[in-house]
Amino acid sequence: MSFLPKSPWLVHYDASSCNGCDIEVLACLTPVYDVERFGVLNIGNPKHADIFVVTGSVNEQNKAVIKNIYDQMAEPKVVVAIGACAASGGVFRECYNVSGGVDTVIPVDVYVPGCAARPEAIIDGVVLGLGVLEAKYGEKGKVAS
Amino acid sequence: MQALLLFLILFPAAVAFLLLAAPKGRARQTVVSVSAAVIAAASIILAALVLGRGAPVYFAAGGHAVDLLIFAAELALGVIVTVISLRRKQYLAMALMLAGLIMTVVYEVWLANTVHAENNLFADNLSVVMTLIIGVIGSLIAFFALGYMEEYHRHHEDVPDRSNFFFFIVFAFLGAMNGLIFANNLVWLFFFWEVTTFCSFFLIGYGRDAVAVRNSFLALKLNLCGGLAFSAALFFLTLNAHTISLSELHDLPGGAVLLPVALLAFAGLTKSAQMPFSAWLLGAMVAPTPVSALLHSSTMVKAGVYLVIRLSPVFAYVDGGKTVGLFVALVGAVTFLLTSCMAISQNDAKRVLAYSTIANLGLIIVCAGIGNHKLAWAAVMLVIFHAIAKSLLFLSVGTAEHVIGSRRIESMDGLAGYLPRVAAGMVVGIAGMFLAPFGMLISKWATLEGLVDANPILTIFVAFGSAVTLMFWVKWLGKILIVKSAPENVETHVPRTQALTLAVLSVMTAGVCVLFPLISKYVLEPFIFETYRQIYWQDMNNIATLLIMMATVVVLTVPLVFPGKRERHFRPQYLAGANLAEKEKFHGAMGQDIQISLKSLYLQGIFGESRLFPLGVLSTLILIIIMLGVVV
Amino acid sequence: MDVTAATVIGILIYLAAAPVVGGLLAGADRVVSARMQGRYGPPLLQPFYDVLKLWQKENIVVNRQQKVYILGFFVFVVIAGCILFGGGDLLLAVFALTLASVFLIVAAYSTFSPYAHIGAEREMIQMVSYEPMVILTVVGMYMATGSFSSVDIARHDGMLFLHLPFIFLGFLFILTIKFRKSPFDISMSHHAHQEIVRGLTTEFSGRDLALIEIAHWYENVFLLGMVYLFFAPVPVVAVIVTLAAYFLEVFIDNNNARLKWQHALASSWAVTLVLGVSNVVLLAFR
Repeated sequence: MSFLPKSPWLVHYDASSCNGCDIEVLACLTPVYDVERFGVLNIGNPKHADIFVVTGSVNEQNKAVIKNIYDQMAEPKVVVAIGACAASGGVFRECYNVSGGVDTVIPVDVYVPGCAARPEAIIDGVVLGLGVLEAKYGEKGKVAS
Repeated sequence: MQALLLFLILFPAAVAFLLLAAPKGRARQTVVSVSAAVIAAASIILAALVLGRGAPVYFAAGGHAVDLLIFAAELALGVIVTVISLRRKQYLAMALMLAGLIMTVVYEVWLANTVHAENNLFADNLSVVMTLIIGVIGSLIAFFALGYMEEYHRHHEDVPDRSNFFFFIVFAFLGAMNGLIFANNLVWLFFFWEVTTFCSFFLIGYGRDAVAVRNSFLALKLNLCGGLAFSAALFFLTLNAHTISLSELHDLPGGAVLLPVALLAFAGLTKSAQMPFSAWLLGAMVAPTPVSALLHSSTMVKAGVYLVIRLSPVFAYVDGGKTVGLFVALVGAVTFLLTSCMAISQNDAKRVLAYSTIANLGLIIVCAGIGNHKLAWAAVMLVIFHAIAKSLLFLSVGTAEHVIGSRRIESMDGLAGYLPRVAAGMVVGIAGMFLAPFGMLISKWATLEGLVDANPILTIFVAFGSAVTLMFWVKWLGKILIVKSAPENVETHVPRTQALTLAVLSVMTAGVCVLFPLISKYVLEPFIFETYRQIYWQDMNNIATLLIMMATVVVLTVPLVFPGKRERHFRPQYLAGANLAEKEKFHGAMGQDIQISLKSLYLQGIFGESRLFPLGVLSTLILIIIMLGVVV
Repeated sequence: MDVTAATVIGILIYLAAAPVVGGLLAGADRVVSARMQGRYGPPLLQPFYDVLKLWQKENIVVNRQQKVYILGFFVFVVIAGCILFGGGDLLLAVFALTLASVFLIVAAYSTFSPYAHIGAEREMIQMVSYEPMVILTVVGMYMATGSFSSVDIARHDGMLFLHLPFIFLGFLFILTIKFRKSPFDISMSHHAHQEIVRGLTTEFSGRDLALIEIAHWYENVFLLGMVYLFFAPVPVVAVIVTLAAYFLEVFIDNNNARLKWQHALASSWAVTLVLGVSNVVLLAFR
């Protein structure tokens, strides 16, 4: 039995978001949405996190950072791209320095659309991510310590 | 047995003169190694003999002729030091020395014939502990110095090579130290006391540069103050109590003995560098490291606490002794607390060690000053553990210094990676100094338990002092144990004599920790019973718990030393996502590639020397003045 | 005192029950905190889910040694508790706990990580802050009861609190540091992870992190055991006070911003000097 879906810890990275989606991510933690009901914690450290939440589009400056944070997360892990920019680059897609969505750097498991993505949608995305997490745990079997 | 005792005093002195003549290289190596081994063996044999008897042994040893000889030697040495002081224009030191000389002469002419010690020498279990420290650790350090001094002169080309003189003094010192601990006649004890002062003076000034000279005279002056107090104590003892025998002090009436005992305690405080006299020990760190290890941590400064431990029955049993003892203990307590605090603010490893030495001596003084049987046990235990662990630490630092070119703790990042054996020595030493369940902590624990009964107020000093002690050791320990990627092992640069000494001392540090119940049972408890007529009883359950904890730590070190080849999931440090492909580097501001470098906290604003040292000097001066005022 | 059946039973109960009690208390802490913030909060068993999850995750490391140090931390926290609940010498228990903390600090140091390093240094400052009060607490208990053994202290006739009211208050104060609660949650940064990420534990993950968490449960039970001793003659009161002390800390946690380490050091030493020392002096001149 996997306990991964019961205790999803997030690391949230603002790639080059306009802060719209970031505010909505934080809104999920407020008493109105209270994601801690599901054991969700915004842990802020990739080494402790299970779910990588990225907002904003990927550009030349943050490409390596996204890759690095992803690499530093322990298996099994899931990436949730929040908002239009994280999904595809959004309105910044054609900018000279923007290379597109998060999936240009790391594999993305769940895309949450919206500009900005609504808290309900974000929670929905994270919950979808939990299924993926469970599946990944099942695939790999028990991860060696 | 008397022959063996005299041998332990005279043989090192004879070797010293031999070394003055022996040429550098093979000849010296042979002489030092062989005689070190002989001294160690002799002290072990003596220890076995004394322990076998189970009671103190007294020896008449000598007579009028020997007294005269000692007087002449004292005069000669005094004159030499006076002349040196004059040549260096150190008039205060000269004046102190002259005053001491005059007192010695007056005593010899006026009083020496009015009183005689029946037994000039003696040996009991405490002497055994001390002679083992001197004979075994001292010899090891002398052996270590063989390789070290060659390296030293390679690193300090500006220092004239006087290593013949160096070894002369070291061995003369070993002899004097043995004399000091076997002397029952206080006049003899005083002679050896002064000789160790001079040895320390010569060795601190070994480098002959301005700083070395200044610090050597500082040490001389402060120790001569103690010498003057000692001299004065002899006068008062002879006049008021008509005895100069150490073993008779606690049988005397308070009125006759308290003033001299207070003066002797004063001398002990100077010798063991307690506040307000601590400055000389810090200055003494300019001397080559074996000197710091031998004189300034494991033996000579122990002479001060040794004397106070000898006096502790007086504090405990003589009328009015408790008050004097309390003030002695308070000086120790203040010293322990403040020097532990100041150690946090230090970066130079030797200065940290110096402060910690002063602090631990302070703790011993606390125990000896109160002087009940429990605390006496703790005091002797502290002496044993401290002597071994601290000399190990000093020698490790000295060895590391020659390889890495620095003794700053900041530059010891990841020492365990590139100097594993030296680092292991340091770790063992540090663990022995403060960590439960090892060495010093066992005795600190006994100290706390003893103090609660005797004087709970003093536990407050120990509580705060122990807390700050933690900090400076842990941050050093942490620095050493940092794991860096792919360090290059440079252990081959360490001379074999040094590596061997460090290994032996590490094993000894660990050994006394494991064997402490036996040491307690066969060495300390008879001594405590002999002196206090009280049985020291250690809870077997606690000993068992301690041993279980030790075993656990030992088990844990196995995977540390042999990590195994099992596949691990390595990832570099978290550096906010800015890691570079190259390890331990990150992409910093302004597009620079930056290497991780970590610095420690020194809390200068809180525990800085400039803040605390004057405070300590002032408060301990007041305490000492009150102490002397009470008895006058 | 001999190694009696009571000792063995005490140790066994501690070994088995402490993680359960500690975990439940941690869960209750999170629920109560959420309610104080107007939220619903996680399930009561959430800490257990967290630890079980961590157990199932990959254990990534920076070096080979860190796991061993963490294991040392865990083992010595447990040993400290065994000494307390097995009726051993309280000073020894306190020293074992100190050794455990040293292991954790060295683990953080060994990673050569800036965030862990800052966390480790702050942890040292915390130790310097609380250690004197902890020692004085034990000293006070000895002065009141004449024994260092936890069994003797617990069986002492009078209520310890009546002799040690100030020490009790001082102990409550440093409990905030030991429980890693605001305003003194400076080394592990439980709530304010933006500042030094996760401080001391930044580089630990998976089973190592789970082990640290379980060790904290053991440690919390140990500390609450110390609180219990103050009221031991009347177990009902003792349990109530112990729980009240725990929730007082939760309350303080939720009502305070974090302070800098300077304040942690200064305030806890001031409290120790005023409350701890005065109580010891009072007992000495009793």
